Amino acid sequence: MRQTLPPLLEFVVLPAANLAAALGITAILFLAIGVAPGTALGTMIEGAFGSSEGVGYTLYYATSFIFAGLAVAIPFQAGLFNIGGEGQAMVGGIPIALVCLALPGWPWWAVLPLAVAAGMLGGMAWAFVPAILQVRRGSHIVITTIMMNFIASALLTWLLADILKAPGDPSPESVPFADSLALPVWDGTPLNVSFLLALGVAGLAWLLLNHTVWGYELRATGRSAEAARYAAIPAGTVAILAVCLGGACAGLVGINEMMGVLHRLVDNFTAGIGFVGIAVALMGRNHPLGIVLASLLFGALYQGGAELSFDHPRVTRDVVVAIDGLVILFCGALEHVLRRPLAALWAA
Amino acid sequence: MPADPVPPVPALCFDGVSKRFGAIEANRGVSFSVAAGTIHGIVGENGAGKSTLMGIAYGLHQPDEGAVRIFGAPIRSARDAIARGVGMVHQHFKLIESFSVLENIVLGAEGGLMLQRSLARARAALAPLAAANGLDLDAIVGALPVGLRQRVEILKALYRRAEILILDEPTAVLTPAEADTLFADLRRLAAQGKTVLLITHKLREIMAATDRVTVMRQGQVVADLATAATNEAALAELMVGRKLMPEPALSRKQPGSAVLAAEGLVWRDAAGVARLDHVDLVLREGEIVGVAGVAGNGQSELLAALAGLIPAEGRLLWRGETVPDRHRAALLRRLGLAHIPEDRERDGLVPGFEAWENAILGRQRDPANSRHGFLRGAAIRRETRRRMAAFDVRPAEPRLTSHAFSGGNQQKLIAARELGETPPALLVGHPTRGIDIGAIERIHQRLRALREAGTAILLVSAELDEILALADRILVMVGGRIVGALARTEASERRIGLMMAGLGEAA
Repeated sequence: MRQTLPPLLEFVVLPAANLAAALGITAILFLAIGVAPGTALGTMIEGAFGSSEGVGYTLYYATSFIFAGLAVAIPFQAGLFNIGGEGQAMVGGIPIALVCLALPGWPWWAVLPLAVAAGMLGGMAWAFVPAILQVRRGSHIVITTIMMNFIASALLTWLLADILKAPGDPSPESVPFADSLALPVWDGTPLNVSFLLALGVAGLAWLLLNHTVWGYELRATGRSAEAARYAAIPAGTVAILAVCLGGACAGLVGINEMMGVLHRLVDNFTAGIGFVGIAVALMGRNHPLGIVLASLLFGALYQGGAELSFDHPRVTRDVVVAIDGLVILFCGALEHVLRRPLAALWAA
Repeated sequence: MPADPVPPVPALCFDGVSKRFGAIEANRGVSFSVAAGTIHGIVGENGAGKSTLMGIAYGLHQPDEGAVRIFGAPIRSARDAIARGVGMVHQHFKLIESFSVLENIVLGAEGGLMLQRSLARARAALAPLAAANGLDLDAIVGALPVGLRQRVEILKALYRRAEILILDEPTAVLTPAEADTLFADLRRLAAQGKTVLLITHKLREIMAATDRVTVMRQGQVVADLATAATNEAALAELMVGRKLMPEPALSRKQPGSAVLAAEGLVWRDAAGVARLDHVDLVLREGEIVGVAGVAGNGQSELLAALAGLIPAEGRLLWRGETVPDRHRAALLRRLGLAHIPEDRERDGLVPGFEAWENAILGRQRDPANSRHGFLRGAAIRRETRRRMAAFDVRPAEPRLTSHAFSGGNQQKLIAARELGETPPALLVGHPTRGIDIGAIERIHQRLRALREAGTAILLVSAELDEILALADRILVMVGGRIVGALARTEASERRIGLMMAGLGEAA
């Protein structure tokens, strides 16, 4: 049986212990490739937080992770595991790009609300398909959302190769958006106003989940389908809305990536962010505040890792990916391994 | 001088057994012994430690202190216990329905790889026993009535050379007549030298079947008596530890107008079997309608259908108007139907929710609990705290999650939610299952008070005593149909029992 721990242990000590375990294995990895672990860790922390540029990058990465984490967490609270954040983010990006391409002369602040609505609708539409299949046909949402990721990827490639490709450009990219649409950035870094949007969406998600009737019914369904049925909660409607709302959050990844940085629609612009969202949600205990904190951690890992491979030629991109993987492994898949010893320590 | 006669070694002897689970002391210094060839009853309220004690006797738990001896030999594991002849007859039968009686008895004790040979050996060994018990060894278990299935369970234990049979609440699924047959069987076994431990909370059964009785309260033995030297009232007071109030007289008020009615309810399960077969009933203001029946004859489905939780064919009427099929459950909730579900652990509470959240389950959209889609958290918590105090939920702290409450307190929390106001209609499934006598008294009082206040109540219970104590009208269900309706004045345990057994008015 899963032990329940006091909140301090559950939300602070346990995640910290998991992170420390991941870093411990990372240290062994560093020793094996001949890099001093202490120095490497210092470089990572320095890279992530040591300069305004580093902080900017960290927060920029965190922005997308918040959206992707919420995309997993909201359906998870309803008992549904949405693996499709990646695809929902890709498909959400298409209408964002279309809105931006259609309104070239407009200022960014006038386009942003339209683009946000477009991205949410796109992500929602892509999430709706597995949601309705789950409710009506019983098709398992884990399977269908994974498959929808592949379809989304193919759809984006096809659109960029055959329809939206910039004339004369060999790479699968759309024409650039107008300069007026670029979101204001902070101090020459990719950090842009969508970070505030992400914090706002996380706040709204918290309000919705914990303080509305709808969030109540969603959480009740996720924790006990039987009790929800007894309480006359329409389980199908709840499931569809939860998954679609998750998709809507995923759809906002494109605001940060395209309106903030890329300024065009690029093939595979999501670059695995949707999958990082799964680890973010797990580590953040599917709670919006936890997701913001976990996103900051993963943002720091991304930025610090990039800095590390830049400074140490032995630390290749693959090693950085391995570090990310270790953190995901310990904070995600193995998150409960340390629960029992911690509970024993606490009881002692 | 002749030597003192050596007292016979008891079949089962508990010697100062203590067992704790964390902070809970399940058994404290339990000492008593059971003489071979007797039927020994163990009674106690829920949580009195009976099940833990039986778990220790069966070697499933190790005592922290003390020892259990079977025919003088201490046991340390379930393997020991079985080897020394302890056999457990579980409340929920562990039989494979598609196997024959013989196959079920042999299952797990085949004694070799070649099944045909062991079956033949078992058939030879069992034939006289089976004949004596009216069992056909080749009958498919799924086709047998519940009473016979229980005999299969007992034979299973005997085939494994059980000398001591432990029966845990064996009559929960039996009609009164089947229970009587079971007791006759047990008597015969005792006469043959077997020892029987009967765990029950029905004092009538203790009086009818046992030679000695041990009463437990809060993990301790409070009395160990010869059954002939006591009576039901004395045992009840020993169990609860105080005097019980006498049952009040029945209501004299005439029931009012119909609140909830059903016409021609039909519901088939996935296999196409009609679990509800053209059920009609009317619940009127200020009356309690009791539904009696052996478990599994459509009572659960009746509750679910009346609550709108399963899409039964037929009509539901609320104050004479048809309730539409769509969103039936939500609509009935809004009209004020209260419902204490029979499986309260599964349906009644959301695990991990705080008490105040569980206190509005099913009522989350009431204006008192939410406005413009937002939960009125502070108001709900205030009201929850008040109700927790009124229904003696401990601890009365709305912010604790459901894990922090014991089973009994979780039940009280559900009662506080569903019975806190005076609902126009109330569905209750087994309201006192799994709770102690003191709490039963309170719930019965509350149901009577609601009846006086005009609530229309449907009471489904496996306890005939409970139905006879509360109901103004009694319906008997067999095979998804209502086979009989009796006014309280014409009902008796015998008449209802015969109807439950499907014999109608015949005998």
